[in-house]
Amino acid sequence: MLADWIQIAIVLAIILVLVRPMGSYMYAVFTGKRTFLDRLLGPVDRVIYRIGGIDPTVQQTWWPYARAMLVTNAVMFVMLFVILLTQQYLPLNPDGMGAIDPFLAFNTAASFVTNTNWQAYGGESTLSYFSQLFAIIFPMFTSAATGLACGIAFIRGLGGSVTLGNFYSDLVRSVTRIMLPISFVAAIAFVALGVPATFEGAATATTLNGPLAATPAPSASPTDISQGTQTIARGDVAPLISIKHLGTNGGGWFNVNSSHPFENPNAVSNVLQNVLMALIPTALIYTLGLMLLRKRQAWTFFWVMAGFFAVFLVIAYLGEVVVNNPILTGAGLDPSQGNMEGKEVRFGQALTALFVTSTTAFTTGTVDAMHDSLTPLASITPISQMFLNMIFGGKGVGFINLIIYAIIGIFLTGLMVGRTPEFLGKKIEVREVKLASLAFLVHPFLILGAMAVTFALQLDLSSIPNPSFHGFSEAMYAYASGAANNGSAFAGLNANTPWWNASLGIVIIVGRYLSILFMLALAGSLAAKRTTPMTVGTMRTDTPLFAGVLSGTIFIVGALTFFAVLALGPIAEHFAMASGKVF
Amino acid sequence: MAQQVAPQRAHDAAEIQRHVRRTTFTADILVPALWRSVVKLDPRWMIKNPVMFVVEIGAVLTLLLTIDPTIFGQAAASRGYNAVVTIILIVTVLFANYAEAVAEGRGRAQAATLRRVKKDTPAKRVRANGSIEFVKSTDLRKGDIVLVEVNDLVPGDGDVVEGVAYVNEAAITGESAPVLKRPGTDTQSSVIGGTPVVTDFVKVRISANPGESFLDRMIALVEGARRQKTPNEIALTALLAVLTLIFLVVCVTLVPFAAYLGSPLDVATVIALLVCLIPTTIGGLLSAIGIAGMDRVTRFNVLAMSGRAVEAAGDIDTLLLDKTGTITYGNRLASEFIPIGRFTERDVAEAALLSSLADETVEGRSIVAFATQKGVKQETLMTGHGAGTLIAFSAETRMSGMQLDGMKVMKGAIDAIELLVGIPSEELRRHGARVAGEGGTPLAVAVNNEIRGLVYLKDTVKPGIRERFDDMRRMGIKTVMITGDNPLTAKTIAREAGVDDFVAQAKPEDKIRVIKAEQAEGKLVAMTGDGTNDAPALAQADVAVAMSSGTSAAKEAANMVDLDSDPTKLVDIVQIGKQMLITRGAITTFSIANDVAKYFAIIPAMFVGAFAELQALNVMQLATPQSAILSALVFNAIIIPLLVPLALRGVRYRPTSADALLLRNVAIYGLGGIVAPFIGIKIIDIVIAPFVGKL
Repeated sequence: MLADWIQIAIVLAIILVLVRPMGSYMYAVFTGKRTFLDRLLGPVDRVIYRIGGIDPTVQQTWWPYARAMLVTNAVMFVMLFVILLTQQYLPLNPDGMGAIDPFLAFNTAASFVTNTNWQAYGGESTLSYFSQLFAIIFPMFTSAATGLACGIAFIRGLGGSVTLGNFYSDLVRSVTRIMLPISFVAAIAFVALGVPATFEGAATATTLNGPLAATPAPSASPTDISQGTQTIARGDVAPLISIKHLGTNGGGWFNVNSSHPFENPNAVSNVLQNVLMALIPTALIYTLGLMLLRKRQAWTFFWVMAGFFAVFLVIAYLGEVVVNNPILTGAGLDPSQGNMEGKEVRFGQALTALFVTSTTAFTTGTVDAMHDSLTPLASITPISQMFLNMIFGGKGVGFINLIIYAIIGIFLTGLMVGRTPEFLGKKIEVREVKLASLAFLVHPFLILGAMAVTFALQLDLSSIPNPSFHGFSEAMYAYASGAANNGSAFAGLNANTPWWNASLGIVIIVGRYLSILFMLALAGSLAAKRTTPMTVGTMRTDTPLFAGVLSGTIFIVGALTFFAVLALGPIAEHFAMASGKVF
Repeated sequence: MAQQVAPQRAHDAAEIQRHVRRTTFTADILVPALWRSVVKLDPRWMIKNPVMFVVEIGAVLTLLLTIDPTIFGQAAASRGYNAVVTIILIVTVLFANYAEAVAEGRGRAQAATLRRVKKDTPAKRVRANGSIEFVKSTDLRKGDIVLVEVNDLVPGDGDVVEGVAYVNEAAITGESAPVLKRPGTDTQSSVIGGTPVVTDFVKVRISANPGESFLDRMIALVEGARRQKTPNEIALTALLAVLTLIFLVVCVTLVPFAAYLGSPLDVATVIALLVCLIPTTIGGLLSAIGIAGMDRVTRFNVLAMSGRAVEAAGDIDTLLLDKTGTITYGNRLASEFIPIGRFTERDVAEAALLSSLADETVEGRSIVAFATQKGVKQETLMTGHGAGTLIAFSAETRMSGMQLDGMKVMKGAIDAIELLVGIPSEELRRHGARVAGEGGTPLAVAVNNEIRGLVYLKDTVKPGIRERFDDMRRMGIKTVMITGDNPLTAKTIAREAGVDDFVAQAKPEDKIRVIKAEQAEGKLVAMTGDGTNDAPALAQADVAVAMSSGTSAAKEAANMVDLDSDPTKLVDIVQIGKQMLITRGAITTFSIANDVAKYFAIIPAMFVGAFAELQALNVMQLATPQSAILSALVFNAIIIPLLVPLALRGVRYRPTSADALLLRNVAIYGLGGIVAPFIGIKIIDIVIAPFVGKL
């Protein structure tokens, strides 16, 4: 167990060490400072601006900024949708992948354009290489850049600038200065670690059984090993998995995502993926400190998020390894080895628990173990992190949720110091409270609303393979993952049906864009306010006391919203399991 | 000198609180409020309060279930249980209404008193040609001139333009002695409608149209009839509405979830959960807190034109204070006797006292008082010197004194006394320069042409003012003193009073300049004023308190009027504003923190019938599911009346830093709010469990 914690500590230490340099670099990128890549990539930017007819110096207030973001994303959505629908006619399809169902294409386009990467399909058995490249990997860059741009714009608003920047410029610089260079290096590292990168079609291997097989089947499927041959899917995997993690996307090349040996060959690649997905979300908080000239504030936010991360990590680990599991004991297994069902031996319990926690904290959605196989207690971690949706979060969008909680928390408790509550020198008044509460409302409304419709109208309930509490958790996980733009799956659920594809697609789109709109409006509203000077009569928001108040607000408001459904899902299942009942 | 000082009104925050405590809960307020709380059940009234409106709708639904338990399909709960839930819900709404009614009751009583003042008085309007016509006071318009003679009531607010009279303003200001009114002065020319002229006559130019007079506004305000929600209250209402909406979603969606899991919920229980989760405590007390805050200001004899102004007072960053009248008494008083040469302090004191025996100026009387305080006995000194005669002050000699038998005692400016005795004194001049350097006035005293020393006269800071400014500083509020004095004098007073900053040799327009400069830095500024030339600055300030004795222009520009004309009250108004915000925040926090325990009471109770494993969540070990739900509901209801005293009196407030306040209040109302209901619900469960079984 000590070895487990040492492994976890090493990975977390790497993540922590990278916060400052990465944060400073992003600060340079988004405040127009010179970076070492300018000489190389400056001309690339200029070509893009010229082709797009963009003047990157135009400053946009919140609505033009939001409108530019919406239009750009709408165009990309249509592009992805068309590519997916017509992939059988497009090139780069060595394995002859066929047509995609329109519901699935809608769901997939919505999912990837929003950085969600919910996959209702198995990549290696559904998508052509062209689709993987242009409908999957391409939006992995742009959706991450969109989120990051909005996050940066929000920070500029918090800093008091009525113009939030230029969306096009932020988008382009996110891609050319951050996403592309780092992914490029990471992809080479992944290739070195054994991840394939090829445009050749699936390989066919003859198994040991092969020569003995009497009549090989005409079309071998991967499971037909007894037939003597095995089809081994491959492709341009390495570039995908580098941006998949760096961009906190999470969509895998293969159906089983990062538990596939080609997508995550060994412990080193696993750690690299874990570090990559933490890189930007953690560093962005430091960037916020630099941009606002409030480092103390940034670290206060950082440690609040880190505190929640730590608690959920411990829950995930304890749920798997420590808490007495009568099912394992009953099967004659040593419970101290932990629950290894659905996990990869090459990663082990500790790194898996960390990966589970990371993927849902950083809204990545990549998985290196099947979350469906987590113990009920451990499954509280991914579900709750997606419910709260503020523990670092993905590209930019996650930490804005923390600000939403902060504004609600400041308003609730800030009155107790006898002043109109203030945040970063701006008074929190009617408009801010309304926008923050509406932004907060979107998330539970989508998750609980979509679940309620599904259950009340009994839509495609046959997709839920497990009855009772566990089945309930599967549906809850799906909508939480969609609304939080996480994209990880509990698995189990067969989500490739018209209702699930359509409803999840809608939840994903509304969860992404409505939230961003409220938040950018909030930034615009705060920016336009007069700054009030700090006095000893002002409630400070960069102290341990405030960190406690904020954590308490997140816990109480978050718990109050989702405690009931958690009780009916994982909590009930946990107590059932304790009495030997599984689903 | 103590006896020269008018007794300082004791009016710190603690004093008000004691006063409030004495007068809040009397039968004449509590009893009529009972009926008012039933009247307020009218949905048209309830809809203004979204949280309690949801509770009322819930009560209607459970009432329907009581009449026909199967009205919404599956009959899961008995009629008795539905009936009990209905009763608790109605009582919850009534409690909230009662809190509001009690808060309003106090204002109503006060308004009734004021209405008696406001009679439809006949007015004598002066026509353009000078003749008089009798009209009703309600027909008077702004700009009309009226004649008010002895025993007439002033027909409306206005300014005296002719004549001198005493007016009794006791009904408005509580000041029992009649007040002198005469034209042309800033502080004595304004009259208030409804007050009787007790001597002589005045002509008054009416300054307010009917319905807009001071009295009208005052009645409307104390009654709460035209009470508008403050910005902060609106923001909080919005947040509470969204929380209510979220809990509505949480509870409504539980119905299909429970059905899917094979444990259908009965409607009454879902409503019970909803009512427990939505912030009914703050929802029920919110308007009472606002009314009570206004009421605290009114009882303090300050008339706030809006709740917004009181709330803004809590946000003040800078207080702009006139030196004279606010920080100091405005008169130069003896504060030190400085001997020279062979003389002692006592010698100077004796001489000074003798020289001032017949001096009726404030300075002269302060010298007598100060010397007496130093132990000098007038009778002893006078023995053998006869009655003496006054040598009056003249501009020519610049000194005054007493001619006694065999003794001539004089006091005056240093150079004048030197001229008198004919010998310049280096020592005297040195002391004189020091006193002048500190902003004081030196008076030399000589007995029989021999200079004994100096009397140090200075502008004296009111006692206790320094402590108040220290409080302000602890709250993060900057104090700025404005004075027409020279910088030296200003600096001395500023140091003694402990203000953070001062503006010396200030002209009236400097006030508005200082306010604008502070506001440009994003600060909110409060000030007091009474003169017409204060009006622009009062209008510019975020919180402006006009003195009741001030001109109509000043009162119109201000958003508060102090009926006692005590400029120091600004400090108290700030504290009342803060207390109102703190009370609102504390009860909100408490209300939301309560939900944790309610969840642990209700969620296991809802589902334990179908899923025995959820019994593990019943951490309070509540007896039965029904008893658990009803206990949570009862707790939710009775917490409202239990917190009414807190809402009306306000959370205890002591000036300190924001962080210290936050820590204290989070500990009491946040953590306390989590813990209290666990205990409360358990106790209620123990009490009601035996009865619940029979439902």
